[in-house]
Amino acid sequence: MPNSYIIEVEHLVKKYGKLTAVNDISFTVDEGESFGLLGPNGAGKTTVINILCTLSKPTSGKALINGFDVNRQRSQVRQSIGLVFQDPSLDDKLTALENLEFHSRVYNIPRAVRKERMEQMLNMVELWERRRDVVKTFSGGMKRRLELARGLLHYPKVLFLDEPTLGLDPQTRHRLWDFILELREKEGTTVFLTTHYMDEAEYASRIAVMDYGKLIALDTPRALKGTVGGDMISLGTADNNKAQAELKERYQIEAKSDDEQLTFEIANGDRFIPTLTKELKTEILSISLRRPTLEDVFLKLTGHGLRDEAVKSELKEIVRQLGRHQRRH
Amino acid sequence: MNNLWGIYTIWYRDLLRFWRDKMRIITALAFPLLFLVVFGSGLSGAMGMLAPGVDFSKFMFPGIIGMTVLMTSFISGVSVVWDREFGFLKEILIAPISRVSVAAGKTLGGATIALIQGGLILAFAPLFGVTFPPIILLQLLPVMFLVACALSAMGIFLASRIKSIEAHQAVIQLLMFPMIFLSGVFFPVNNLPGWMSVLVKINPVTYAVDPIRQLLLGSEAASLLGITVFGHRMSIGEDLLIVAAFGVVMVVLAMWSFGTQE
Repeated sequence: MPNSYIIEVEHLVKKYGKLTAVNDISFTVDEGESFGLLGPNGAGKTTVINILCTLSKPTSGKALINGFDVNRQRSQVRQSIGLVFQDPSLDDKLTALENLEFHSRVYNIPRAVRKERMEQMLNMVELWERRRDVVKTFSGGMKRRLELARGLLHYPKVLFLDEPTLGLDPQTRHRLWDFILELREKEGTTVFLTTHYMDEAEYASRIAVMDYGKLIALDTPRALKGTVGGDMISLGTADNNKAQAELKERYQIEAKSDDEQLTFEIANGDRFIPTLTKELKTEILSISLRRPTLEDVFLKLTGHGLRDEAVKSELKEIVRQLGRHQRRH
Repeated sequence: MNNLWGIYTIWYRDLLRFWRDKMRIITALAFPLLFLVVFGSGLSGAMGMLAPGVDFSKFMFPGIIGMTVLMTSFISGVSVVWDREFGFLKEILIAPISRVSVAAGKTLGGATIALIQGGLILAFAPLFGVTFPPIILLQLLPVMFLVACALSAMGIFLASRIKSIEAHQAVIQLLMFPMIFLSGVFFPVNNLPGWMSVLVKINPVTYAVDPIRQLLLGSEAASLLGITVFGHRMSIGEDLLIVAAFGVVMVVLAMWSFGTQE
């Protein structure tokens, strides 16, 4: 089949009763790409993943993975994909090795390569030493790493990562990403991830932004940030009122003033700063530049932040933050 | 071939987990043994002989074997609910094996565990005055396995429709205890009030307990105590036919239910 896309989604709709979780979305993903699905909790990201990995049937529309229809060729689709879920999905009464053995049997990995494959993956996620330990004794980060190893064991064409680093501490998140990126480079695996962490979405080569079941933007992180406009510069001076007037007069810049700082938006802010320090008559006490983030993009696209969703997701977030807080202290 | 591997893998995992959980093996033994010792000793004197050479203790023993098999296989469905709770069910559901294999593997896993538990109780037979020639074992174990498969399929089917541990517990208790109490585990079913007799006769477990009793006590003694339908004394073969038919329906339901899991 002449098909250059590894994932093809056309007019996908999923309704749960009256609620439309996924509302007519279409996109394609190239082989070897890392594709990010970004959106707040409840935007429909997990529903999309569930449909793509055959856990859930679409109400209408079509989706192909590796050329196979997710509705009619489930077995082939399942063989083509690996998954790391939002919530843990290991058998914690079994050892790491036993979990992988289960996986290699149900995924039909030839007996001859099974052992070697398991060793390779466990080494990659640095769990080889712990292979005979019951998963129950693992930390959250170790479990997630084991899931990653398991998801890759059958050399999937597409690796789905549904909020893969949710609830992990920053250090573990970082390491997990190192593994994922290394893998993409070495094996050419396509990575499809959902996240609501902005910095994580940055790893993607393209990002689809979802809100209320709809796809509202799809582009590279860079281009998306470009839609927001220039950089934000914050300026603290000896006399903010004077500086504000000066900025308006000299550069036609409308700076906003709060208690201590002036802020304004400008293209190529990094080049503007040297000029400003040379030319501004008012004494500068502090200056900082902030590049637009995906958070800004999201805010602009939807008119609301990524996290001001329903109470439930708020609570989830609070619990997560608390967990992190406790771990830090 | 692929599906057979799938069934084996699912089955193997359930057994591995069972083996890991040695406490569960022991606690599962304690309950039926408690019944046998307490009720057996307590009531045997009061009840006298139920049939020539059969006191209450001896009468109850095959019933308790049946109950153990029934309870273990029925409860084994909880593994599906646990798997859902702890996420492992997802790993199973997105694996490239058919849902039919999943249901079959789960059913066989639960049934095997039930057979082991029932077999362990069987080892206590001499303590309760039940003796039988070893050859009977060759008939008894397949019968127990058939019963276990039927009930395990029912347990799996129910569990696949239930989302929480709490709900599962409620359903189990609501169904399991009436099925046990109205099956001839604890009393002969041939001399009951009309309404109760009807309930006993429509209870599939009745036909699971009866053949075990016939095999263990000998058909002569058991025929005085066994189940009759429309005046006809059920034979082992007829009992098993009913259990098998019930089992087939449950297996089909379990497979269908897994097929539609989201």
